Amino acid sequence: MATFGNGSGATPGAVGQGRGITYPDFSSPTVDKVMVEERAAGLGKRSIKGPAKIAGLKLAISMMDLTTLEGKDSPGKVQQLCQKALRPHERADIPPCAAVCVYPKLVPVAKRAVEGSTVKVASVATAFPSGLSTLEVKLADVRQAVELGADEIDMVIDRGAMLAGEYRAVYDEIAATKEACGHAHLKVILETGELGSYDRVRKASRIAILAGADFIKTSTGKVTPAATPPVTLVMLEAIRDHAHATGRRIGMKPAGGIRTAKQALHYLVMVKETLGDAWLTSDLFRFGASTLLNDVLMQLEKERTGAYQGGDYFSKD
Amino acid sequence: MALGDQDSGGEARARVGVRKAYKMFVGGAFVRSESGRYTQVRDHSGAGAVENIPRASRKDGRDAVLAAAGALGGWSARAAYNRGQILYRLAEMLEARRAELAASLERGGLDAGAAEREVVSAIDRAVAYAGWADKYQSLFSSLNPVSGPHFTFTVPEPMGVVVIAAPPRPALLGLAGALLPVITAGNTCVVLASEADPRTALVFGEALATSDLPGGVVNLLTGQLAEVLPHLAAHMEVAALDLHGVDAALAKRLEEAAAASVKRVRARSLGEAEWFDDGAATSPRWIERFVEMKTIWHPVGP
Repeated sequence: MATFGNGSGATPGAVGQGRGITYPDFSSPTVDKVMVEERAAGLGKRSIKGPAKIAGLKLAISMMDLTTLEGKDSPGKVQQLCQKALRPHERADIPPCAAVCVYPKLVPVAKRAVEGSTVKVASVATAFPSGLSTLEVKLADVRQAVELGADEIDMVIDRGAMLAGEYRAVYDEIAATKEACGHAHLKVILETGELGSYDRVRKASRIAILAGADFIKTSTGKVTPAATPPVTLVMLEAIRDHAHATGRRIGMKPAGGIRTAKQALHYLVMVKETLGDAWLTSDLFRFGASTLLNDVLMQLEKERTGAYQGGDYFSKD
Repeated sequence: MALGDQDSGGEARARVGVRKAYKMFVGGAFVRSESGRYTQVRDHSGAGAVENIPRASRKDGRDAVLAAAGALGGWSARAAYNRGQILYRLAEMLEARRAELAASLERGGLDAGAAEREVVSAIDRAVAYAGWADKYQSLFSSLNPVSGPHFTFTVPEPMGVVVIAAPPRPALLGLAGALLPVITAGNTCVVLASEADPRTALVFGEALATSDLPGGVVNLLTGQLAEVLPHLAAHMEVAALDLHGVDAALAKRLEEAAAASVKRVRARSLGEAEWFDDGAATSPRWIERFVEMKTIWHPVGP
C-alpha cells in the first residue's frame, strides 16, 4: 500500500517496489483511438429538446466552476464573478453555480463574497499552470491556499515526469499534495493537451486516482487543445473502471474550450452513458468554464421567450 | 486491350457537364442549409429544367446572425477609406463575373439585354458606394450650437447587425442596392435573397467571397422569407431590419416581433425602375437609414 496520502485510492494486490515504498500497479488498458473518437462523436449527436434541454442546462449551471485565471484578475473582478456564481440570472428558477475557481491570492476575496452560500471556492495551486516548481514550493502553495480558505484545490501534475515515464514521481507528488490538502477536495489536472496520446491520458488518470484524487480534470485552460469529448471519455472510462473495481467514486471536471450550451449537453450525455445517473451531480461532475455560463443562460432565455438572445443582455463576467 | 483504348481515334466521348451545387454564403463559407432542405427553382434557359437552391431554416438564420455579430467589431473598426477600397474590389470581382451573373439572370427569366443592363447597374452601384464610404460621415456630422461652455458634436455610427429582405425584382440590383449602403456604413448583414430568383444572389456571393470583404460581413441566405424572417425579427442580437417589397401582413408581424428589442425597422417597396435610377439609389440618404447618430458633449477649455 502507498505510504503517502490517505491511501484510500490504492488498489490492494498488484504492487511494485521502489525506494522503500510500495506502489500500486499503474498499468492500464490501451485506448483504441478510432473507436473512442467515434463513440465520443456519436454521443454528441443526440437531439435534446424541450423540457429535457431546460433540465440539462440548469443542471449544467449547477455543475459549473466559474473560473477566472488571468494575470489581470483583481478583487473587483473576483467579487463580480462570485456575484454571478451566486445568482447567474435574475430568474429565480436558475440555480447557483457549484464553485468559483481563482488564484490563491484571491481566495479570501472569493471566500467573503460567497459566504453563507452553497458556492464553493476552488483555488489552483502547485505552481499552476506549468507545475514546474520544486515539490516544497508546490506543497507550500497548496497549504497556503487551504489556509486562506479554499474548499477545493486544483493541482497540476508534472507533465515532464509523466512523459518521461517517471510514473512514481507523478504518483508521489499527487499523494503528497493530497496530504497537504487536508480537508480540501483535490482535483488533479492532467493537462491532456500536453500528454500526447489517449493511452497516456488513461495512465495519468489511473495514477491520479490511485494517488488519492477526488476529481480528475482535463486541462488548465492555458494549453490548446483543452477539454475535448474523446479525452473526457477516456478519463470517464478510467473512473468507471476504478468504481467497478473498488466502489470508490471519483469526480470528473472537463475544463477549457467548453463554450456552448450544446457542448455542455454533449458532456452530460457522455457522463450519463459512461457512469450513469449517480455522477450527474456537482459532487462528481464539474465544468471548468468562464464563457459557457452566458451561452447556457442565453439558451434558457431562448426556451422561455422563444426569441434568440443577444450578448448585450447578459452581464459580462 | 487497355482500358479506354476504344476512345482513341474514334469519335470524342460526350462530356458530362459539371453542374454547380448552389450554396448559401455564411461567415465567409459556402454552406448548405443545416436542415438539408432545398427548393427547386426553374431554369428558364433550359427547357423545363429545374435547379436545387438551399432552403434556409431558422437555425441557418441564427448561424448567420452569429457570423454577422462576430464580424461587426472588425468591419466597423476598419478605416472608412479601407472599407471603400474593399467595396471597389467587390466591383472588380463583379466585373470579372459579368457573364456569369448575366447568364444567371437569364436563367431566372430575363432576356439577354435586360440581364446585361442589370449586371452593369449592380457593378456601378458598388463603385458608387465605394466612393461614399469615407465621405458620408462629413455630410451627416454636425457641430451643434448650444448655449453653454460646451462643444457638442454629432457623428454617425454603425447600427450593428442588419437583416435585409432583398426585393423580389430586380434580383441582383435589388440585392446589391440594398446591402451596399448597409455595409458601407460599417454594419454587417444577413440578407434573405429574392424568392423569385435566389440563384443569382448565390453567384453574387461567389464575388463577395473573393473581394477582400471579411467573412461574416455579408451573409446570404436563400429560402422562404415568411419562414425565416420572423425568427430574425425577434432575434435580440439584430439591430435593424431592412424590408424591401415584403407584403403588408408579414411586415406587420415582423415589426411586432422586432418591438421587444427596439429594432430599427425600415420598410419600403420600390418599383423596379426606381432601383435603376442611379441618382436616387446612390444617395447618401440610403446610408443614413442604417447609422445611429451619436452626440458627444465636451467642455470648452478654461
